[in-house]
Amino acid sequence: MAEAFVSLRQPLISGDRTVAQVTQDIYSPLERRPTALWWSAFIASFAVMVVGIVAVSYQVGTGIGTWGLNKTVGWAFDITNFVFWIGIGHAGTLISAILFLLRQKWRTSVNRSAEAMTLFAVMCAGIFPIIHMGRPWLAFWMAPYPNTRGSLWINFRSPLVWDFFAISTYFTISAIFWYIGLLPDLATYRDRLKPGLRRSIVSFFSLGWSGSYRTWLRYETVYTLLAGLATPLVVSVHTIVSWDFATSVIPGWHTTIFPPYFVAGAIFSGMAMVLTLMIIARQVMGLENYITVRHVETMSRIVIVTSGMVALAYMTEFFTAFYSGNEYEQFIFIYRAIGPSWWAYWMMVGCNVLIPQLLWFRKVRTNLTAVFAISLLINVGMWFERFNIVVSSLQRDYLPSSWAGYSPTIIEIATLAGSFGLFFTCFLLFCRFLPMIAVAEVKGVLKYGRNGK
Amino acid sequence: MKSPFSRRFFVGIFEREEDILGATNAARALGYKITDVYAPYAVHGLEKAMHLKPSKLPWVCFLLGLLGAALKVWFEFWTSAVDWPINVGGKPWNSLPAFVPVTFEVMVLFAGVSTVIAFLFVSRLLPGKKPAFRTAGITDHQFVIVLEETDAAFDIWQVRKLFQEFGAVHMEERVDRGKL
Repeated sequence: MAEAFVSLRQPLISGDRTVAQVTQDIYSPLERRPTALWWSAFIASFAVMVVGIVAVSYQVGTGIGTWGLNKTVGWAFDITNFVFWIGIGHAGTLISAILFLLRQKWRTSVNRSAEAMTLFAVMCAGIFPIIHMGRPWLAFWMAPYPNTRGSLWINFRSPLVWDFFAISTYFTISAIFWYIGLLPDLATYRDRLKPGLRRSIVSFFSLGWSGSYRTWLRYETVYTLLAGLATPLVVSVHTIVSWDFATSVIPGWHTTIFPPYFVAGAIFSGMAMVLTLMIIARQVMGLENYITVRHVETMSRIVIVTSGMVALAYMTEFFTAFYSGNEYEQFIFIYRAIGPSWWAYWMMVGCNVLIPQLLWFRKVRTNLTAVFAISLLINVGMWFERFNIVVSSLQRDYLPSSWAGYSPTIIEIATLAGSFGLFFTCFLLFCRFLPMIAVAEVKGVLKYGRNGK
Repeated sequence: MKSPFSRRFFVGIFEREEDILGATNAARALGYKITDVYAPYAVHGLEKAMHLKPSKLPWVCFLLGLLGAALKVWFEFWTSAVDWPINVGGKPWNSLPAFVPVTFEVMVLFAGVSTVIAFLFVSRLLPGKKPAFRTAGITDHQFVIVLEETDAAFDIWQVRKLFQEFGAVHMEERVDRGKL
């Protein structure tokens, strides 16, 4: 009877690897010289990042007049990019924390790189509100510190202050979670390296980890606790991001559906980004046995589910606007779909609702090229969703005299590109210098579906 | 902390999860004192074999989370309603529901950071520290059990035979733990 169940379980790691081979597979790329492919990707990302640095320096030096904003459209690219990047980060926490609590063992192959993705995405996200302040050197005014102005304290009733606390807590907890998960793997790396600078550094950060089981037991407890903390945290972060909009009285923003809608959208876009990165990584780093087609299929299923949630939210928004009887609310939804920014709206619907439906077919889910293309399109679609929420809603004010349009300047576009440069530069450095698979966790699930375990 | 008397240990190295579980269970059943077991990954079931109690770290998490939340509520109340009350949109000075989000974030921050610090402290993990017990295999694919030779009752031949039964790849006696 038990065997009948066991045979239903497919091994998570293919290729019949032994524990020692797993170590070899994951650490040997780090010990070789980087490939030409890595160098070309790194130089390209780094160059794009430099473009971003130049653009940011210019706009900070010159002033916010370098943006395409006007008095009606006061929030545009910066806020769109901020929400976009924060959303990307959320899938990393979903994989590392929520799937851990749900005992989804397949997550072990992807959680390390998904968590790294979270960190880099939150870094990219954090830059935008700071630039958006116009005087980024005064960003520390967000912190409640005793000052010579009174003390005049920050307004704890403001969603923008909530956001500051949410993002900084999210970054700190994600960084700690990632580092604690990395500890045993750093120790493995330390024990493999020859004496030298790299070993000294790795040894310093591995904190003298010896593999003692007493430590392992506490480690597992801490990991579970952090997962338990990160799960409500990730929901709270995007909820608070949505409150930046929902607590205002702008038609199209002032709706109670925003928190769940934003959280679902965040996981949707982040999962698409994980797929993009994993499909590249398995090819470039030779990790086909660890990130298998089955992993891609499972993540594709999460994409279908979250795409459905996002689609439901789009329809609910429309219905609520219709049912509210509020003219302004109804106008803005019709305006988004058939106004001058109609292309942004239909880009969003096409990429987020229609295209992901292809993933219902097994043939598409197991075709990595197709999944890769779909995942890129979803990211485009999710960027336009935020553009649609932020910019399209602002273009039409209550008074027709203050109606305005918006088009981004080259500086804003360069800043967006630069954030992608920063993200990929960080990710490529991570792939080179740290084990991108949670080795100790993969070893623990190696026997899954084999030897009747 | 360090005893002036040298302590003797008996070390067995295994290469399979089942073997280390079996050897640990058997050594405990025979009444030997298990100093520690080392493994490249968290082997489930070892805590039962070693009779380890669950960690108390959840208490640190709970209490420090509570403390963080309490301090934050007090701070938000003090800054917004006592030290310099400011009327924002006609809301009451003590607008508790608006204080919830930041309180939650600070609670998570306190709970998470303090749990990790407590974990590193009780496990004696510090930046730059050298591992207490080291052999290249532990962090790769080997499992190590360390028994303390507490007194004359420690039957070294019985332990050797026991470890051999479970397929030990290496056994040795050591005066101190440390680098193998």
